[in-house]
Amino acid sequence: MFGLIVGIGVILLVVIIFTIFRILKLINVARSSNKKRVSSSNKVNATLMLAFLLGAAGLFTWYSVAEYDKYTIPIGSDHGIAVDEMFWITMLATGIVFIITQVLLFIFAYKYRYQEDKKALYYPDNSKLEVVWTVVPAIVLATLVFGGWKVWTDITSKAPEDAEVVEVMGYQFGWALRYPGEDGNLGNYDYRLIDAENMWGMDFTDKASFDDFTATELHIPKGKPILLKIRARDVLHSVYIPEFRLKQDAVPGMPTRFWFVPNKTTAEMKDELNNPDFEYNIFCAEVCGQGHFAMRLRIVVEEPEDYQAWKTTQKSWLQTKPDYLAKVPQNLKEVAIISSGMDNDKVKNSEANNL
Amino acid sequence: MATGNDQIYYQEGTEGQHVHEEEHHHGNFITTYIFSTDHKMIAKQYLFTGIMWAFLGGLLSIIFRLQLGFPGMDMSFLKPILGGWINETGNLDPTFYLALVTMHGTIMVFFVLTAGLSGTFSNYLIPLQIGARDMASGFMNMLSYWFFFLASMVMLYSLFIETGPAAGGWVVYPPLSALPQAIPGSGTGMTLWLVAMVFFIVSQLMGGINYISTVINLRTKGMSFSRLPLTIWSFFLTAIIGLLSFPVLFAGALLLVFDRSFGTSFYLSEIYIAGEALPNVGGSPLLYQHLFWFLGHPEVYIVLLPALGITSEVIATNARKPIFGYRAMVGSMIGITILSFVVWAHHMFVSGLNPFLGSIFMFLTLIIAVPSAVKVFNYLTTLWKGNLIFTPAMLFSIGLVSLFISGGLTGIFLGNAAIDIQLHDTYFVVAHFHLVMGSVSFFGLMAGVYHWFPKMYGRMMDNTLGYIHFWATFVGVYLVFFPMHYIGIAGFPRRYYSFTAFDPFNAFVDMNMFISVAAILTFGAQAIFAFNFFYSMFKGKKAPANPWRSNTLEWSTPRFPEHGNWPGAIPMVYRWPYDYSKPDAKEDFIPQYVPFSATPESNLPHEEDTYGIEMEGEETKKMDEPHAK
Repeated sequence: MFGLIVGIGVILLVVIIFTIFRILKLINVARSSNKKRVSSSNKVNATLMLAFLLGAAGLFTWYSVAEYDKYTIPIGSDHGIAVDEMFWITMLATGIVFIITQVLLFIFAYKYRYQEDKKALYYPDNSKLEVVWTVVPAIVLATLVFGGWKVWTDITSKAPEDAEVVEVMGYQFGWALRYPGEDGNLGNYDYRLIDAENMWGMDFTDKASFDDFTATELHIPKGKPILLKIRARDVLHSVYIPEFRLKQDAVPGMPTRFWFVPNKTTAEMKDELNNPDFEYNIFCAEVCGQGHFAMRLRIVVEEPEDYQAWKTTQKSWLQTKPDYLAKVPQNLKEVAIISSGMDNDKVKNSEANNL
Repeated sequence: MATGNDQIYYQEGTEGQHVHEEEHHHGNFITTYIFSTDHKMIAKQYLFTGIMWAFLGGLLSIIFRLQLGFPGMDMSFLKPILGGWINETGNLDPTFYLALVTMHGTIMVFFVLTAGLSGTFSNYLIPLQIGARDMASGFMNMLSYWFFFLASMVMLYSLFIETGPAAGGWVVYPPLSALPQAIPGSGTGMTLWLVAMVFFIVSQLMGGINYISTVINLRTKGMSFSRLPLTIWSFFLTAIIGLLSFPVLFAGALLLVFDRSFGTSFYLSEIYIAGEALPNVGGSPLLYQHLFWFLGHPEVYIVLLPALGITSEVIATNARKPIFGYRAMVGSMIGITILSFVVWAHHMFVSGLNPFLGSIFMFLTLIIAVPSAVKVFNYLTTLWKGNLIFTPAMLFSIGLVSLFISGGLTGIFLGNAAIDIQLHDTYFVVAHFHLVMGSVSFFGLMAGVYHWFPKMYGRMMDNTLGYIHFWATFVGVYLVFFPMHYIGIAGFPRRYYSFTAFDPFNAFVDMNMFISVAAILTFGAQAIFAFNFFYSMFKGKKAPANPWRSNTLEWSTPRFPEHGNWPGAIPMVYRWPYDYSKPDAKEDFIPQYVPFSATPESNLPHEEDTYGIEMEGEETKKMDEPHAK
């Protein structure tokens, strides 16, 4: 019933608009305003051009200034400072061009509206002028590119030797983390070894795997280089941490990497923003399916001491899943037991179970 | 008006032959309106199909804008249309949200802005503006449309299947698009997407070959390349881009078909999905991205150049001024054409591409901004000291220049690899390409329709409605897309069903609502256009021969040109198309078919020299006869 009423209303509205349109048309014919080369609407449109310029400029300035804190996000990494600097330099350069060209466009549209007694200027070319506005943008762009290139090469340079390594793996729909443990080396993996529990496909024929541990939150120390080794298990994902100015696709079959230095702990950021709920997060920036919008993993940036303390409390994955000791080759079992930190009793139990 | 057909100087000797030809062209309903080989009818078919697609593509965006603007709203009222895609609680299904985004992109980029724009205006204007009776191959031209129609039907059908249409984004990156386990849309929906795209590419290639050969071979006498209207230059270069880049997408799509259906591993490697490790190893998802963007980036210029060409023509005509820097305009279009092939990897800065390659592509990308800047400056100078007549087409052209500036400048951010790390795949990108590619191209399409409607249907569109349509659309487009820059700078990623997980503080809820309302109103305003278009087709004021007092050849045809375009011989061309407001001329325009000998009062010194050349050519006449049999 409601739908019917809305339907009738819409039809009536259309009929009314149509009738008004017909009447206006007839008035137009009666006035025969069509005879002149341009009608009064030319002036109206010219004025609207000017009004649009002023209105848009007003809105643009007001929002850009008033809501500055809302649309700019804090920086939490060293290279992020350089990225933002580049961003604002580009904003300045393009902003100037933007304002000049838009103002000229709409002013010209208003100023040179049709006038019966005037004739347009026959002005087909001017080589000097054209050379100028080819060369000037070229120089400005070259400067911007060169600046960007320097920042880009720094960011994508090889990670320092002493970087803390963490593996981030994207899957539908979440992120899985793996730390290298005490030996500082991540063990091999093979996607064919993945099962319900070993979602990383950790290869326990590799000694480096034994002390690897996993976590549900990304803990990283402030002020130290962090190297993220990034991979994907099923489809493309993209590691995206807005405050770090960090984005790198996770590609199945092709590991990628990104290194950075976080420069504010989570606690410092909470203070700075005056927001006790602030958290760093990893998000997904490459469409990956139904849960794409909800792939969030919390990051904890802490002081190096706190980080070390946290690290020592973490148990190796093998220790928490002793069943996987069965996958370790016989000659490495001893090494596995020692470096994974399993206590011998537990091992004996599980071996007894296996037999 | 002083410009009757009496001024036209025709090529001699083709008249008798043509009258004879004409008899064969009076076909029945089917050969006239459906399987027509007349370029004008094919153009109209493209236009109609394009308009249908534009409304459908727009409608899809309205549905997902509802979700973004009013998260969790009760959409039960859409159940009669969307059925199971609205769940029990009345919410939109998240995978269908992705399908909507994907289909909106595919439809708008390929079916509206490529086929609808190039298909309409290249077909309509190339023969009319260069002085040809039809395309080089009318039959192939007809096939081109019908392959497009076939592609349209397959794509349309995919919207209605149970597992839904393709849902991996319009770029359909594998492995997501290759594995039905990953998302339901990658099942039958994706197969249909690929089939439709293959037909579409075939259609584009047949059209493109025709455009190129027609421009090269069938220009009327005197129509040298340096006298081509900029519209023709833009269509010509667009066709070249399409011809060189679409086959690469074809190859990319074919390999994807192999991966999906025949167990190959071009793009798949080391995948564990749905509890199973797939046997594929050694493939690279990046290979697909390279192949896709090798088309994908030139595609931007495929939709952009025709719009810029149309704008050049409309602005010059309605500013009553020659286009400023004709040679620079052509030069920058050629520059854009060439450079468009060497910038594709700027879409892949963070894809895992070698950072060194990233540097190379950053340099190449920012070079392409130079010819674009030159074009903007030339448009501005064309307006300067003009005598502007604001027809609806002129308004859309000026709007286009404004949008081109706004959207083009943000490209300088995204082309810079360092800044792109942060902005990639955020709403900043969405704002950028909707302004510079979507809106500019759409405004070009609208300018073209308003400008050439009188030629197409012999009647005028209503100006007042045109003005209302323009202002509603122009303001609307800015209100929809400009705020997205802020959301993007704040880091919001695109293709997110909802921001509840991303932004626990609900920072831009009001802004998103605002954008959605603006989008709905702007979409609604297009009804004004639809009404004006169909109403004027039958009831519009009868169009005079040359309503905009324009210089190009199409206005020398009768009100309803038959198949063959000119009843008599094809007019010859003596001058460039931009002799507007020439000093001392009788009128403020001198059409291309007026010889210099007829305008001694306004000739420039170097033009006097061409007198002799005008009189020559008797012996080459035979070769220039179009459709010589």
